[in-house]
Amino acid sequence: MEKSLTWHEFIITRLIQASGYSAIIFVLLIFFFLLREGMPTLREVDAGSLLNIRWYPIEEHFGILPLITGSLIITFGAALIAVPFGIGTAIYISEIAPRWMREILKPLVELLGGLPSVVLGFLGILIVSPYLRVLLDLPTGLTAFTGSLLLGAIAVPTVVSVAEDALDSVPRAYREGAWALGATRWQTIWRVTLPAARSGVLTAIMLGIGRAIGETMTVMMVTGNAPVLAVRLSNLFSPVRTMTATIAAEMGEVANGSVHYHVLFFIGIVLFLISLAVNIAASSVVFASKKRAERILS
Amino acid sequence: MKRVPALLFLLSFVMISCGPGDSSPEAASDSSARYIENKGSDTIVNLALAWAERYQEEHPDVRISVTGGGSGTGIAALVNGTVDIANASRQIKEEEIADAQANGVEPVEFIIARDAIAVIVNPENPVDKLTLQQISDIYSGVITNWSEVGGEDRPIVKLSRETNSGTHVYFLETVLRLGDGENKTLFSMDTLLLPSSEGIIAEVRQNPNAIGYDGLGYVPEDLKMIAIAKEHGGAYVLPSIETVNDKSYAIARDLYMYTNGQPTGAIKDYLDWILSDEAQQIVADLGFVPNIED
Repeated sequence: MEKSLTWHEFIITRLIQASGYSAIIFVLLIFFFLLREGMPTLREVDAGSLLNIRWYPIEEHFGILPLITGSLIITFGAALIAVPFGIGTAIYISEIAPRWMREILKPLVELLGGLPSVVLGFLGILIVSPYLRVLLDLPTGLTAFTGSLLLGAIAVPTVVSVAEDALDSVPRAYREGAWALGATRWQTIWRVTLPAARSGVLTAIMLGIGRAIGETMTVMMVTGNAPVLAVRLSNLFSPVRTMTATIAAEMGEVANGSVHYHVLFFIGIVLFLISLAVNIAASSVVFASKKRAERILS
Repeated sequence: MKRVPALLFLLSFVMISCGPGDSSPEAASDSSARYIENKGSDTIVNLALAWAERYQEEHPDVRISVTGGGSGTGIAALVNGTVDIANASRQIKEEEIADAQANGVEPVEFIIARDAIAVIVNPENPVDKLTLQQISDIYSGVITNWSEVGGEDRPIVKLSRETNSGTHVYFLETVLRLGDGENKTLFSMDTLLLPSSEGIIAEVRQNPNAIGYDGLGYVPEDLKMIAIAKEHGGAYVLPSIETVNDKSYAIARDLYMYTNGQPTGAIKDYLDWILSDEAQQIVADLGFVPNIED
């Protein structure tokens, strides 16, 4: 088999192979770079002050807890918005909408996904945050909730397109079977189509969450960036500071190789680990339900 | 603001590589050289760069290299004889003068511009004057409601620049800590840290609860500036070019350049130009206060 390949086929095969491996190599390189720049933190800053609740790096206060809770609460809020909206939209596009409506909606949702986040940030500062301040009678509109709303808008297109693909790939026979048994349209969607597409829908949710937690520009513009420990639900309506915004705002001016520089990379490691956890959770769900699907089909 | 250091870095490289090969300390401090080395305060770096660009357009035979690094770095470089002009956002210290003299360097001071910070609120806010102590208490979280300083019953939303901004550090030292080096007051944790001046202005413009600060030259007309008294019972002074220059406004400082001995040749020409109306117009364009005393 190998021998029958001509030399250019051989090169093309190798090139494709190399590009496949390159993804793994890049992720590993990035991770080792993060480790190399971030790990000195554990030597330079003791764990007690790293787990402190004050972040004020220019005076050596390196408590990263407020940043972690800030990122988590905003992502939580964004998920609350993006999951129902995203899956609802996906169900509508895939199951309910007539063909012409579907052909308008799909490209529109994809267009929303291509919107630069800095543009959303502008909308957030100039329109959403002043409006929310008056509507909810808050001291300021630059809150975690504002960030969640906009991040929700950023995550919705991801959730919609992945979930819609999953719903679309459910065999038509499943729906016809349900209808034949007398199920209503809603019963078909809720009891048959959605469970059959479960793995794809869960992947969509995970990808949406991953998109939200890594987003930087929008949150930096609209969340106020106050490093307050956000552990209560009411913190959703006060300013918070996220890990991504901290890195983006401070990396530009920090002295190379200083303690602050290492701590910023350490935050990068934490962020990387959180993304990794979300991805692993997503793929384990997909693998688990694939086995189940195979069982059903066999 | 954030991209500028990288740009500067690049620019200084270009200039170093374009300049004459003999950039040894002796040659650099030689007054007849057409190559001027300029280093120091990060606050001034944008201004110094703008000046250098304009001056080189007009005098193609002069090469000026501008680098930041901080006031202390600039003065240290002057003491070591590696730069011709040191930029500083503070006056030279006694011990630095002593070091310089021990090295045979005689620092001469020029006030090249002034820097003032205006405290701004929404025009709907009835508060129009505060003491420095009150502003310090507001930002450190002691005062949290506008009614405590003669305003309406509204929560105070404190806005600040990010910690990497020179303005942030200056405001911390001069206002929060009232210029006292021993004072360890910090910004209250719920202070909003905004990445840009525009962010602060946009929020103050639409939020009557907000208080913010910014370089005097950047404050738009539709926002209200607070008149500030240095101490309780003192006169409340609004920031303006006049009050900054006569030193009655509290949150203002002089910006300096230092040379080794009275400058001559190209360095003298450059400093004379810096104090000209044309160069001082650039000062105003960049949000600083022109020095109109000289």
